[in-house]
Amino acid sequence: MSFKTVFTPAIPAIIAANAPKIVAQDVNVYYGEKSAIKELSITIPDKAVSAFIGPSGCGKSTFLRSINRMNDTIPSCRVTGKIAFDGMDIYDRAVDVVELRARIGMVFQKPNPFPKSIFENVAYGVRIHGLAKDKVDLERIVTESLQRASLWDEVKDRLAHAGTGLSGGQQQRLCIARAIAVNPEVILMDEPCSALDPIATARIEELISDLKQNFCIVIVTHSMQQAARVSDLTAFFHLGTLVEVGDTDAVFTNPQEKRTQDYITGRFG
Amino acid sequence: MSDHIVKAYDSDLAQLKSMLSEMGGMAEEQLAKAIDALIRRDLKLADSVIAADQLLDAKEIEVEERAVLTIAKRQPMAQDLRNVMVTIRIAADIERIGDLAKNIAKRSHAIYDGIPQRLTKGLERMGQLSQAQLKLVLDAFASSDADKAMDVWRHDEDIDALYNSIFRELLTYMMEDPRMIGACTHLLFATKNIERIGDHATNIAENIYYLVHGYMLKEQRPKNDKTSVTPFSSLNND
Repeated sequence: MSFKTVFTPAIPAIIAANAPKIVAQDVNVYYGEKSAIKELSITIPDKAVSAFIGPSGCGKSTFLRSINRMNDTIPSCRVTGKIAFDGMDIYDRAVDVVELRARIGMVFQKPNPFPKSIFENVAYGVRIHGLAKDKVDLERIVTESLQRASLWDEVKDRLAHAGTGLSGGQQQRLCIARAIAVNPEVILMDEPCSALDPIATARIEELISDLKQNFCIVIVTHSMQQAARVSDLTAFFHLGTLVEVGDTDAVFTNPQEKRTQDYITGRFG
Repeated sequence: MSDHIVKAYDSDLAQLKSMLSEMGGMAEEQLAKAIDALIRRDLKLADSVIAADQLLDAKEIEVEERAVLTIAKRQPMAQDLRNVMVTIRIAADIERIGDLAKNIAKRSHAIYDGIPQRLTKGLERMGQLSQAQLKLVLDAFASSDADKAMDVWRHDEDIDALYNSIFRELLTYMMEDPRMIGACTHLLFATKNIERIGDHATNIAENIYYLVHGYMLKEQRPKNDKTSVTPFSSLNND
């Protein structure tokens, strides 16, 4: 495979400016015989939002899921190449996957709160990872996480109520609170707003901009406008290849690759 | 470039482009008539140019509204976004060209019939040059041809050079015969207007460059208009 990703500009400013958090090198992902990702190399900067865009089946979610080894649960899935997280090879045999997923959290397309109270939804991960010293500490972590997810004011009087009783947008923010409660370094978001209305979407986007002060955020989105609004780095995937990576400002005003241009301007055929 | 999945988006952009071409055609006609009216002191023609300017103004507003609507409805990206932005800017330049043509036409009233023909020779030449530049740059826009646009951009120098020499020439006439001062002053303003029309043509050229390449032209345009920095006394000494 001799495919080469185009960088817009040659070294995107955000990659040059921020520390690298995740560095993928020559990554291939296979589902059985089928190759889903081909020779992918990318550096994902810390304390920034990176967006993966591309048509359905382009491999963006597959790659996102290989960053915290969610693909391990699919028996036929095989990953080659190297994905380094703070320099550590995440596919190294010595890696504890549970611990890895605590450091690289994930938020899914459909909000999926546990069928438990709002409090328990956030406290659960903290407890199983043994991150709280005592009950007071646990309450502090839950409160802070809900505050950071901008949900606190809406739920502080009903923490014992079921998480599933919240609205869709609130549920998604609850899932984000749950993800950040275990103090991750990276948050992966797989179309976090596609099931939400525009107001709830705007809240999540506002939250994403807040969170990038402290986290490395990677978001897969079908909404190009959303990628343009929230991200610093944009990566365009097509047919399992990473076609173009660049500063979001450059990619959406002056993409270098024809395929990127066709996709973001709505010409793809 | 291939078509959009949403066909109506294509027709929105196509309509913007044809509206702008129409504006360009109107401006070309206005400029040609204005210069003709001034040279031949055809007051009827001049008045028709003055009256027609409001059509151009109305067209500009129409283009702008259409462009804003397209942004609101389609959220254009990349080349499409540049296309819409550039359309708005070019429409403004064309509208200004129309204003300047109108001003040239107005001066037909102020110049009396008896002035020697040689006085308007330079202006005629300059008018032809600016009309050619305007036509070329509008063609370049129609075909999204950045190289052609750059030709226009470079050749504005010629208009500037001609303006320089007309400026000197008219001053000489004024010094020779003070009765000419009134007419010559108006001719001077008319040539200055033409010189500025040339500048608008280069603005349009720069926008075409941006449309095609995705970044602004950084180079400085070669300029040859020295009339604003030359002291009056030194004009006839070299």
